[in-house]
Amino acid sequence: MKNAIGREIPEKISGIAEIKPFAGAFATVPEMRRQAPKVKRIKPTDNKLVDNLVEVFKKIPVTDGMTLSFHHHFRNGDGVVNMVLATAAQLGLKNLTVALSSVFPVHAPIIEHVKNGVVTGLDTNYMSGPVAQAVSRGLFNKPVVLRTHGGRGRAIECGQLKIDVAFIAAPAADAYGNLNGVEGPAACGSLGYAFPDAQYADHVVAVTDYLGEYPLSPISIPQTRVDYVVKVECVGDPKGIVSGTTRITKDPVGLKIAETAAKVIQATGLIKNGFAFQTGAGGASLATAAFVRKMMEKDNVVGSFALGGITGYMVDMLEKGLFKKLIDVQGFDLEAIRSLATNPNHLEVGADFYASPFNAGCAVNQLDVVILGATEMDTDFNVNVVTGSDGVIMGGSGGHADAAAGAKVTIIVANLLRGRLPIIVDKVLTATTPGETIDVLVTERGVAVNPRRTDLKEKFLAAGLPIKDIQELKELAEKIAGVPKEVKTGDNIVAVVEYRDGTIIDVVRQVEG
Amino acid sequence: MTSITKTAQAGTLESSDVMITVAPGTQGSGIVIELESIVLAQYGEEIKAVVEKTVKTQEVTDIYIKAADRGALDCTICARTLTALSRAGAVLKEEML
Amino acid sequence: MDLRRSMLFIPGNNPGMLQNGGVFGADSVILDLEDAVAPMEKDAARFLVAHALRTVDYGSSETVIRINPLDTFAAADIKAIVPCCPDAILVPKVESAADIHQVIAMIAAAEKPGQTPVKIIALLETPCGIVEAYNIAKADPRVVALALGAEDYTAGLGAMRTKEGTEIFTARTVLINAAAAAGIQSIDTPYTDANDEEGLLADTELAKRLGFKGKLSINPRQIDVIHNVFSPSLSDIDWAEQVIQAIRKAESEGSGVASLNGKMVDLPIVNRAETILHLAQLLGLMEEKK
Repeated sequence: MKNAIGREIPEKISGIAEIKPFAGAFATVPEMRRQAPKVKRIKPTDNKLVDNLVEVFKKIPVTDGMTLSFHHHFRNGDGVVNMVLATAAQLGLKNLTVALSSVFPVHAPIIEHVKNGVVTGLDTNYMSGPVAQAVSRGLFNKPVVLRTHGGRGRAIECGQLKIDVAFIAAPAADAYGNLNGVEGPAACGSLGYAFPDAQYADHVVAVTDYLGEYPLSPISIPQTRVDYVVKVECVGDPKGIVSGTTRITKDPVGLKIAETAAKVIQATGLIKNGFAFQTGAGGASLATAAFVRKMMEKDNVVGSFALGGITGYMVDMLEKGLFKKLIDVQGFDLEAIRSLATNPNHLEVGADFYASPFNAGCAVNQLDVVILGATEMDTDFNVNVVTGSDGVIMGGSGGHADAAAGAKVTIIVANLLRGRLPIIVDKVLTATTPGETIDVLVTERGVAVNPRRTDLKEKFLAAGLPIKDIQELKELAEKIAGVPKEVKTGDNIVAVVEYRDGTIIDVVRQVEG
Repeated sequence: MTSITKTAQAGTLESSDVMITVAPGTQGSGIVIELESIVLAQYGEEIKAVVEKTVKTQEVTDIYIKAADRGALDCTICARTLTALSRAGAVLKEEML
Repeated sequence: MDLRRSMLFIPGNNPGMLQNGGVFGADSVILDLEDAVAPMEKDAARFLVAHALRTVDYGSSETVIRINPLDTFAAADIKAIVPCCPDAILVPKVESAADIHQVIAMIAAAEKPGQTPVKIIALLETPCGIVEAYNIAKADPRVVALALGAEDYTAGLGAMRTKEGTEIFTARTVLINAAAAAGIQSIDTPYTDANDEEGLLADTELAKRLGFKGKLSINPRQIDVIHNVFSPSLSDIDWAEQVIQAIRKAESEGSGVASLNGKMVDLPIVNRAETILHLAQLLGLMEEKK
């Protein structure tokens, strides 16, 4: 069957319970009650501190076929996933599903656990490195489920992602299960991606290498939701967890794109008091923030909040009074950690608060503007951030589709030609974010506006911006680089791409080899 | 038809560039091209065709060419190939200079 | 008159920069075969720039090639580049009218039949070049601008190059005056600290006050600042329109003398007003003003 954006979705996919095709960004309405985990109690003299992971596995007990959840606030410095899965393998467990919010190169040992039958399912929002490559070549027998950050929160809350045991990597914990991310050798900032799991998992285990005195403060995840605390030698490598400083690109083409994007934002008229903004940490995205900042300074604009992954650059804007608040679901650098620990206007929120479509309101809905990237976009403005030019998985939505759906204006910044490859194609290899939620594409050779947004197009033309039809931009790119041949994929479905509302927006097929 | 007399190289491994290495081939081997590219799936055939055409236009044969491509456009591929040929001792035709 | 508010250097052996040179909106791009290219790579850059000229769309930017000096690779550069139809050649280290004549002989020999004659911009970057500025400017109608290269020039003086630029004051004014006397453009030396936007602004404003018509640029980030300085302001345009109105009024009244706000409007003022309006029209500023 074809879904609302014309992607062919099989009626049945082995290993996936129910296929609901994507029907439109806001077309699917929830019809369920929230998932409720078992009610807990512990007696006044009970002790939560457990000596090691093996003991925790036995106490719970972890059994074959369970779903174990993990989070990516340690990014490529994470040690907890590998530690826990090694324990599972050591205890001879089989058929586990790993629900890890993002998979990084450091998680390569998962491949062996899959080959040995310890792990048979993967549920994630983003993956890069050896695991992503192996998945693309058919590592799993059943498709990996790729969600959005908000969609994962929704799936947990609505009971579609049922978590048996959540292992929460905690930079700091007390013996009674209060956790935060701002102390200890592996301090990482916000623990937001673990919040839904702490609320809804049947069992919650904190894994830490830094025990503070009771009661720990600040408290990010409270003792009321944590069953066990395990102290280990080391939860992660700080070098892989945070970067020292986040730098703004010096690439002149990237800067040109960023400057144009800032002019686009200015032309929307949204840069005024109360401005709410989200931008990524990479390339042209952060550079756009720098140009927007200049405009805000020039016109004495005080923004309302900046959202998403927080960098030192955003912290500086908060401290200089350019934004009143930061809403932080994940910190990227040491400045973000310092700010979260000390500034009451720097708020730590969960993935559901950030972006879940099925609750009484998430933060992305309050955004004026979001700046996002893309590896491919088609002439209907559908965006691919999952598969690379060779068809291999190299990313995932993360918060992409969520922020695009929520913000008043969603802007994609991308080089018209990446290496030699045109960003605009007739049909993206994998659709991640539907075109109806994307408003503007900014490239170094022109700006394309979604035909749905005639209001924006008029404003941009009045501002003298280099507006081009998306088809015209595509042809321009092909004139320079030639028309690329389509990438051939096999038939086997290696991943389903779930939209934030739980419908299937696309599938990823196996690549050769 | 002529052939080149020595091994030579042109270009870099920077993004949007291509590194072309040429070496004399055995007599009768023709034009042998080995291509490695970040856009092999999309442009592999086109890249090879540009290299081959450039070499043929210079009437050079019995040559082994290795191209390590980092997303170069056709004009860059052509320029780097000519540079390598010239450095390898081929006397280029006027109009291609 | 061609606009040369900004002239952006693009390294000649960098394919990525060459293919993107047109996206920054500079009035001219200078594809550089000289300082930006290592001695061992001169041949490679020549091939690359020649192919870029034939295939890359530089949009509205004028294409200028900086060749190597006459005593090194100028002849080979000209032979390879000129048939690819660049708009102009930037000749480095020009010191005399004879240098220009020598270059023109080579260019003329390389031009294809029917090709639009390639213009020349002379880069003066030695004390001798400054002394000869007027003769160089007048050497041939192909010479459309003089540009200042202050780094080599100060080395030639034995002076320290400073951000304030006191040491190049004479060179700047001599060059501007020579170009103006010859009826061609004068282009200022680049501001070499790409990270110092305030310094760039101050230096460019000084250049404009002195009489330069444009500025060389070593980084795309500098272009916006340079354009802002060298583009007519709204009050410039207002003033120019009033001057033209005053002239028309005087003409319709049969009076030979026009005046604006009590000041006589004479020919140089009219010329200046016309230049401003012409520039404003070229840049689409008249529309914006409405």
